[in-house]
Amino acid sequence: MTFGQLPYDVAHLFGGGMLLLSFMLLYQRRVTAVINGLAIQGAILACAAAWQGGMQSAPQLYLTALIAFAAKAVLIPLALRVLIRRLDMDRTVDTAMGVGPSLIAGVALVALAILVVLPITTGARAIAREDLALALSVVLLGMLMMITRRNAILQVAGLMSMENGLILAAVGVAGMPLVVELSTAALVMVVLVVAGVFVFQIRERFDSVDVSLLDPHRGEGR
Amino acid sequence: MLTFGSIIVQALHLALVLAAAPLVVGLIRWLKARMQGRRGASPLQPLRDMLKLLRKRPVLAENASMVSEVAPYVACTASLVALACIPSFSRGMLLAPVGDLILLVGLLALARMALALAGLDVGTGFGGLGAAREMSFAVFAEPALLLCVLTFAILAGTTNLDLIAATFRDGGLGLRVSLALAAVAMLAVAVAENARIPVDNPGTHLEVTMVHEAMLLESSGRHLALWEFQAALKLTLWLALLSAIFVPFGTAPTGAGPLAWVLGLAAWLLKLGALCFALAVFESAIAKMRVFRVPEFLGAALLLALLAAALLFVSTGLA
Repeated sequence: MTFGQLPYDVAHLFGGGMLLLSFMLLYQRRVTAVINGLAIQGAILACAAAWQGGMQSAPQLYLTALIAFAAKAVLIPLALRVLIRRLDMDRTVDTAMGVGPSLIAGVALVALAILVVLPITTGARAIAREDLALALSVVLLGMLMMITRRNAILQVAGLMSMENGLILAAVGVAGMPLVVELSTAALVMVVLVVAGVFVFQIRERFDSVDVSLLDPHRGEGR
Repeated sequence: MLTFGSIIVQALHLALVLAAAPLVVGLIRWLKARMQGRRGASPLQPLRDMLKLLRKRPVLAENASMVSEVAPYVACTASLVALACIPSFSRGMLLAPVGDLILLVGLLALARMALALAGLDVGTGFGGLGAAREMSFAVFAEPALLLCVLTFAILAGTTNLDLIAATFRDGGLGLRVSLALAAVAMLAVAVAENARIPVDNPGTHLEVTMVHEAMLLESSGRHLALWEFQAALKLTLWLALLSAIFVPFGTAPTGAGPLAWVLGLAAWLLKLGALCFALAVFESAIAKMRVFRVPEFLGAALLLALLAAALLFVSTGLA
């Protein structure tokens, strides 16, 4: 074993794990399974942040890891689960695009991320390039999930997964100020609360959390 | 290359895998039974079944052509040749220089073709249905496997299994995201190739959604014994392949002595046992998926393998 490479390899592996989970989120057909996937992704993000903290000897990253674990692996999944129980909603995923095509679109997005990252990081180390490509892929896959799912809860899950990707990119770069990290974490919690209220409102009006019902009210499809 | 040691290793390897194949099947069945609260038949039971079937005359349908008679031998030979190339307790076997991963994929495809032809030959509804399903799964499984091979070839610089195992054993590559993705893809393909639970149910003849068993409904006697042995060989092959690529530790290096062989044998048995246990746990924990979702499952494996290869192009700076 060449231990000089090992720290980078492990960081990499965490990034790869997050990407794999993003694909799992796209593949799953049950809402509870999606939320479990999101929780695991949050836990891996926390591991990645802690590992980077050890590698860059940056203690504030341990705090980031702690916040990520508390918020993304425990609190947000718990809140989403409570939301589902309160709404007593349908537990299968309703997609605007089939699972197969959305997986293909996902791979296309990863390719896009690689194509975008490669030219702008020429000269950087190969490790940093690949890490950035992974993080950007996670962000794009989260966005894809928001686009291709009709269910409001799953759109929230997509948003959270997208945010996981952003944090992954941020912890990989040395020297992110703690203030930024804290404010991002706070923002995400606020977004979750707003989204939760929103889902309740949609549900109250339309008796469903299918956002396609909103279209006529925006003046579309008339 | 034609040294005395390599011949001995090859002969021992063949004897080992021939003995191990029925035991692997029996062990998995026994473990599953224990996990589900049944007593379960002895792990030797598949061996006894095969020996009994071997003594029986095959009964062929009136309109069966030569294909029905030849296919079991072709499939069994192809599987055995493939298995003979995969290192078990020691590297540097006689067949190691020809033990190429692409050849392996080809041999597996040959066995699959023989199986599908045997299913189609008599012209019964179930046989044709099973063959059609098997082929439609193969459309996804084979490219996924080849993409995994591409990943290993880029990393190790060769498609020779022995050299790949040696390269991964040295650990100079470290941990790679691409390898992790390829591992997931290969596990999915392995599950589909061996007709294990989320894709097919190995424990029944009586399901409308069966795939592998549907093609064997018409075979009997000696032929059925060969088919069952072929399935056991294929399962052992996949377990050995996975352990040779992803956990190549403990295997005796080329030209080592008997002591290293014994250690390698212990390591191999341990690895295979662990894989059998993992498979039994997995099969007990999960339900079979609908047949229409299997191509999606294998398509996901294909995409992951594609991703593994694509990421590798980035990290090696080829792109």
